[in-house]
Amino acid sequence: MTPVDRHIRREQEREAVLGALASSVPYNQFIGVQFDRLGDELTGRLPFQKSLIGNPFLPAIHGGVTGAFLEITAIMQLAWDRAWTIMEDGGDAAEALSNGTFPPVPKTIDITIDYMRPGRPRETYSRASVQKAGRRVTNVHVEAWQDARSKPIAMLRGNFLMPED
Amino acid sequence: MTERTPGDLVQINVREAPDDDEGIIMSAMPHGEALSMRLHWSRDGTSQLSVPYDEKLVGDPDTGVLHGGVVTVLLDTACGSAVMSVREKIRSTATLDLRIDYMRPATPGKTVVARAECYRMTRTVAFARALAYHDDPDQPIASATGTFVVERPKEIEP
Repeated sequence: MTPVDRHIRREQEREAVLGALASSVPYNQFIGVQFDRLGDELTGRLPFQKSLIGNPFLPAIHGGVTGAFLEITAIMQLAWDRAWTIMEDGGDAAEALSNGTFPPVPKTIDITIDYMRPGRPRETYSRASVQKAGRRVTNVHVEAWQDARSKPIAMLRGNFLMPED
Repeated sequence: MTERTPGDLVQINVREAPDDDEGIIMSAMPHGEALSMRLHWSRDGTSQLSVPYDEKLVGDPDTGVLHGGVVTVLLDTACGSAVMSVREKIRSTATLDLRIDYMRPATPGKTVVARAECYRMTRTVAFARALAYHDDPDQPIASATGTFVVERPKEIEP
């Protein structure tokens, strides 16, 4: 295997680990969340499906589902940041990750969700930014939007308890 | 509806609420049906809802604990139901903001119950709060506080 081949393989492994990490959580699959990756930054995608509707008359996506999507995005970004570090460090931990053994997921302490616009029956996107990564507690902001990034439908602020090593 | 202080939530709901009601699946709401969410009652600005445990709703595959998102959906719906039950002439509600504190993980295998109350209603905004728990409201899984925009039919607006 040439050095170039090794780099290609590592990049493929990163994609595989992200896919496996996201689908290791049953609830992520239940609402159908997917993740796209640009470097260490994830973009959540929630394809519309009928089962996500809260108000059938508008119709609109259930506000709780939008909140759940934001929370999933925060947790996955934190889990991915950790996975990324492990992969870059290499060794046994990186090997375990490739085999589908992931570190414990961060736990939600509290979240506050602001709803700006109704979630229309179409695909929704989300992106998280870590505001303060503490040793035990990490603060994360997440935005969700549909047609335009500049018109968020909802935003979340939350504190998450990081698993101990 | 009488106005209540935040500390009254558990007491009031325990005193007023019958627990033996099996409720009905919220099939009018597609996501309610997807979760097999049950409405036990909603009246006079209070409500009780529940979601049965299901492996497909797990958030931590190592422990089998339900995802926080399920609790968020339940608490949001419970608050909305409580708001809707204040007066008959409310057409719909939309969540303006919602804060959730997670106090302990849900126990795998157990149904999560939510009780909510609307403790203040103005012309356009309602204030509600809710608790999620299994058997005992004194052992809460999570609490929620939210504000809701109230949509009334045009004809009764002054």
